[in-house]
Amino acid sequence: MKYSVVGAKRILIVGGGTGGTIVANNLARRLHGEIREHKVQISMLSASDQHMYQPGLLYVAFGQMMPDELYRDQASLLEPTIDFRVDPVVKFELEKKQVTTKSGDVHEYDVLVIATGSRMVPNEIPGLEEGAEFFYTEESAIKMFKKLREFEGGKVAITVGVPHKCPIAPVEVTFSLHDYFKARGIRDKVQIKYHYPINRIHSIENVAKWAQPEFDRIGVEYETLFNVEEVDAENKIVKSLEGTESEYDLLISIPEHRGMEVIEEHEFGPGGWIPTDRHQLTMEGQDNIYVLGDTTNLPVSKTGSAAHFQAEVVSENIASIIKIGAPVRDYKGKVYCFIEAGHDRATYAMFDYLNPPDLKPPNKSMHWFKMSYNQMYWTSVRGLL
Amino acid sequence: MSETKIVDACNTYCPGPLMELITYMRQADVGDTLELLSTDQGSADDVPEWVEKCGHEMVGTEKIGEIWHIKVRKAK
Repeated sequence: MKYSVVGAKRILIVGGGTGGTIVANNLARRLHGEIREHKVQISMLSASDQHMYQPGLLYVAFGQMMPDELYRDQASLLEPTIDFRVDPVVKFELEKKQVTTKSGDVHEYDVLVIATGSRMVPNEIPGLEEGAEFFYTEESAIKMFKKLREFEGGKVAITVGVPHKCPIAPVEVTFSLHDYFKARGIRDKVQIKYHYPINRIHSIENVAKWAQPEFDRIGVEYETLFNVEEVDAENKIVKSLEGTESEYDLLISIPEHRGMEVIEEHEFGPGGWIPTDRHQLTMEGQDNIYVLGDTTNLPVSKTGSAAHFQAEVVSENIASIIKIGAPVRDYKGKVYCFIEAGHDRATYAMFDYLNPPDLKPPNKSMHWFKMSYNQMYWTSVRGLL
Repeated sequence: MSETKIVDACNTYCPGPLMELITYMRQADVGDTLELLSTDQGSADDVPEWVEKCGHEMVGTEKIGEIWHIKVRKAK
């Protein structure tokens, strides 16, 4: 490795999102003694010098946050002992324990952490990219807000692709649309229809049980078992695999997601999701490679929260293996999701592999906690919270 | 002959077994059989309902211990 300290254990983190950043910072603190003695070296390779707070995009789509509020310099979030480079990986050679970057550098490692995340792929559905609005990138969230501002009434359809990042997003955007049009005084001119892929209105049964009467109360229609097959953007009709269709004037889509291109190209797993051990978070068949966040194929929500809890397990185990030769923790599937129930109320869902969430009625305090967390995130991603 | 692919959705509340099955059905080839493993009692009803509505084919449902094994063939 070009920049290695001779004899040091080389930990290489690929990806500078929530999971990768928390792992790097947590490890830098747990192993500060080993780093000072040149026994351990931590490096991070990322595609960007910026770190985005992705949940903020929903607020951008409703004009409640400006895009520049969502970013920090990635280097400013990292412990100074971490060797950070903006140079994305283009080639993994697991048998040689090395990666090659876009610039052509080769980085060898002893321990590899893959946290490359996911991306929306609306082009997987014919017509969806042309016909729908999204809020999963800065550009699309701004475009969606402008469309909402121009909208004076008609049919709004919300559709959901599988799998998707942030499983709470479908209900959050629906409540936000209701509040947005109500605040503009045109709610009575807007019909909102929510479409969901399975046979209830949310994958988490307790969220579905809570949200359905809320939808009834605020006049949101819903259709279940609706997997988008095609969008006729010219005639403004969205068609399902199940054989039904809905007309719309404005289509809001939570699109299907896939793993990053570099993961797909290496055929590590279907859909670009890397087969991962549920509890140790190691790549299947590779004891020295850890995978976390959206990158895994685990049946766990693709959210920053899951990445955060997984990052704590991964960093604690890598550190303990270096210190005592054995991992000390299992990931038990923990996820904590805020649920914005409109523009002034929120609740949350906390669950793990074995325990379903017990949903509480939304209140203003949880909404303000979420608004605070939007700022506290920067402490969290530094591994301090 | 197409192989049977296992989709392990035991002990998951989100995204849940049917959502996991839909994910892998989208990526499968026509003729492939997927075997969904689920600890959710509801899967025995939810999955056949979706499969019928989509025009795929149920191959079989069996409960072994606490785990439902639900086999589905992608038909289109």
